[in-house]
Amino acid sequence: MASKQEAGIRRQIELPLSQAVKMARDSIRVRFWRSMITAAGIFLGIAFLESVLMTSAILKSIGDGYDDVVRTRQNWLVVMSLLVSTVGVVNSMLMSVNERYREIGTMKCLGALDRLVVKVFLIEAGFTGFLASVVGAIVGTGAMALVLWVRFGGKFWGALSGASVEVLVNIGIGIVIGTVLALMAAFYPAWRAAKMPPAAALRSEF
Amino acid sequence: MAVTYEYIVRTKDLIKEYTMGGQVLRALDGVSLDIRRGEYISIMGPSGSGKSTLFNMVGGLDKPTSGTVFIDEVDMAQLDAFELAWLRCRKIGYIFQTFNLIPVMTALENVTLPMIFAGISTDDAIEKGIKLLQTVGLGERVHHKPTELSGGQQQRVAIARSFANDPAIILADEPTGNLDLRTGKEIIELLRRMNKESGVTIISATHDLKMIDVSDRVVWIRDGKIDKISARADIDLNVGQMEGEQH
Repeated sequence: MASKQEAGIRRQIELPLSQAVKMARDSIRVRFWRSMITAAGIFLGIAFLESVLMTSAILKSIGDGYDDVVRTRQNWLVVMSLLVSTVGVVNSMLMSVNERYREIGTMKCLGALDRLVVKVFLIEAGFTGFLASVVGAIVGTGAMALVLWVRFGGKFWGALSGASVEVLVNIGIGIVIGTVLALMAAFYPAWRAAKMPPAAALRSEF
Repeated sequence: MAVTYEYIVRTKDLIKEYTMGGQVLRALDGVSLDIRRGEYISIMGPSGSGKSTLFNMVGGLDKPTSGTVFIDEVDMAQLDAFELAWLRCRKIGYIFQTFNLIPVMTALENVTLPMIFAGISTDDAIEKGIKLLQTVGLGERVHHKPTELSGGQQQRVAIARSFANDPAIILADEPTGNLDLRTGKEIIELLRRMNKESGVTIISATHDLKMIDVSDRVVWIRDGKIDKISARADIDLNVGQMEGEQH
């Protein structure tokens, strides 16, 4: 058998990005409902943020009664909703990575490099975060538009066309925040799990 | 009769300490062990004796507090992350008590994963994966998920996976621990057959006495130390009789 032994130890081959993307995609697809719950956490956070931003934009555009008191209250609401969405997104991602420590340990036993593990989780998180944020931003804005339309009637449309740029920017901001938070929240636990000795990762029970 | 052996794994004065609640616990206390290429060696001992710790050290899954592990005369402590990953990928195959299959992947995907890590093309990996699954008797169940397989079948998938990159060493940690008597016996026989056929070195940490029958040597561990090492011929124990009739 000695002839079969390789001389010395060579370096590990880097896994191509396409394989990492495929693994991340399969993982989301197979764990569909679990992924949906993670996505729902992100979705709700971003939808809430967007609804508050939308209200602010329309109230400002209508102008009537948008005094300092209302503005201060709206700003507070934006800050609060940002906090709520941050907690929602971070919590969802932390949970979804933490429950897979064993899987990370196993992958390392099979010869995965730390960075591959992190890469797969980041692709997965980025994908989930982006999709959930897009849907959250659109639904949040749309739902609040409906509420404001019912409340203000015809005045709403004028206000909307006046604030259309701001509304679009808000949607963009929501998508970026959701995606970036999802990536950041996945990076830390994935990196920590990948760095641990495999034995420790395998021992963790969830 | 001077026989010289080629050693694939050597450990020297291995010590591993864990700190638990402020107390230092010595799981391994100076273990020096030479393992010959191609042998089937069982590390026996009660739970808590340190055999799983030794398993982790030999497999490069954890770092010793002091002492050295040589795999093919290479000091594991000298390897960087890339080389360690390479070693885990190509040189060592792991089998666990809890199987540790990736739950979302099919049997075939589980077996091909280490080959993908090794940079083998998907087509070749699938072809070889199917062959390996046939070898372990699961040719009909390649597209089943772990949850659709029995414990014994899951362990067979894990065995096929451990052989994916033709490793020189198979490390098995309590491979029969979660299996019933008969399934455990089948798994042991399968490991023995693969050991004979491919010449792979099998190192198994276990407290399953059925293992003694197939082992070339048995290392008894107690309180983190080697109690004794016995060759099979020296062990006066008929395991088959001890277990009695099967139902």
